[in-house]
Amino acid sequence: MHDHDHHSELSEMQLRVKALETILTEKGYVDPAALDLIVEHYETKVGPHIGARVVAKAWAEPAFKRALLADASKAIAGLGLDTKVGDHLIAVENTPQLHNIIVCTLCSCYPWDVLGLPPTWYKSAPYRSRTVKDPRGVLADFGVTLPATTQIRVWDSTAETRYLVLPVRPAGTERLSQDELAARVTRDSMVGTGLVAA
Amino acid sequence: MNGIHDMGGMDAFGKVVPDQRAFHAEWERRVFSLLNAVEAAGAWNIDQFRFGIERLPPEVYLTSSYFKRWHLMAELLLREGGYVSAAELAAGHAIGTPKPLPCGTMQAYQAVAETFISGAFGRPARHPAVFKVGDTVRTRNIHSASHTRLPRYARGHTGRIDNVIGCHVFPDANVTGADENPQWLYAVAFNARDLWGDDADSTVKVVINAFEPYLGPA
Repeated sequence: MHDHDHHSELSEMQLRVKALETILTEKGYVDPAALDLIVEHYETKVGPHIGARVVAKAWAEPAFKRALLADASKAIAGLGLDTKVGDHLIAVENTPQLHNIIVCTLCSCYPWDVLGLPPTWYKSAPYRSRTVKDPRGVLADFGVTLPATTQIRVWDSTAETRYLVLPVRPAGTERLSQDELAARVTRDSMVGTGLVAA
Repeated sequence: MNGIHDMGGMDAFGKVVPDQRAFHAEWERRVFSLLNAVEAAGAWNIDQFRFGIERLPPEVYLTSSYFKRWHLMAELLLREGGYVSAAELAAGHAIGTPKPLPCGTMQAYQAVAETFISGAFGRPARHPAVFKVGDTVRTRNIHSASHTRLPRYARGHTGRIDNVIGCHVFPDANVTGADENPQWLYAVAFNARDLWGDDADSTVKVVINAFEPYLGPA
């Protein structure tokens, strides 16, 4: 019965979306070829690999880290990426004493340009409701436990500002190249729901 | 508006389920593309988009998947804008003569160039910022029935200006589609105990972005 209901909802949505696309195409509001390009861009070109590259560079190059923390949009624009970055990106730095975590309680604001499309959990009611009130509880859901003395800053994305967390560089990675460092940087660590493993 | 979308601090939604996927079905991908395309063509602005979702009935909001909310919002705004009629949605085909979208149809060659600029919301300021970093402020106790970006949990509380971000398009005005009414935007930091009471974690601060009209002196 549950499976049947689920199937019915999918079919209903497939039909409704197809109907809307047909109407918008027939009226000349959208070009079907453009639709394919839009989702393809977000599924193949933009993603956490961009943020990971930025983090690795900040770990390896103190001057870039200073520029990133001063104006993340400007610093990243200077990297010559083949995708664009919005004007209002802010990087916040984790330290052993301070942990930053990003949320959007009102909708689903997320730094698409550097992390790609948000995962379902980021847009879910449990994450949006609890992170501002019980961040340590949310971190526990992700298997992350911080020392009781670590200060926590929760950033609620209530305007067009977007945040990227600069995670703590793990010990013992001094000899790694920037590519090797970037490979260790997870999406969750750049949202603040994960740490980069040593 | 005091809607179901304003979830900060609500209880009983349970643990975070670590679903890493962005999409769960092909129709969700299609909704994502369709809505980005018509938004780029001027069917709505970002605040009208958000307010469209906020206006979904709470029971619909809570029982619809993320992209189903997008689709329901699109049907609503396209009907309100006069771009699509209820009869067309029922028929699944165009019936009326198209009313032009403000920015025209987005063609394939424009898709990548024009839909992926995630923001240029800074505007020239008409007056200097009222507050500076370090100032203590109190958020206003506002309960607009329209679109606002001051969450309920942060209304009527004392915080500290953490950053003066710049002068930005004001969502409460931009939702009309007629006036950006740019305002100074600040990062305001609150102690969790000031928001959630004495039992809250003393190591936690919550930072929101707040427009100047949301703030008064402490």
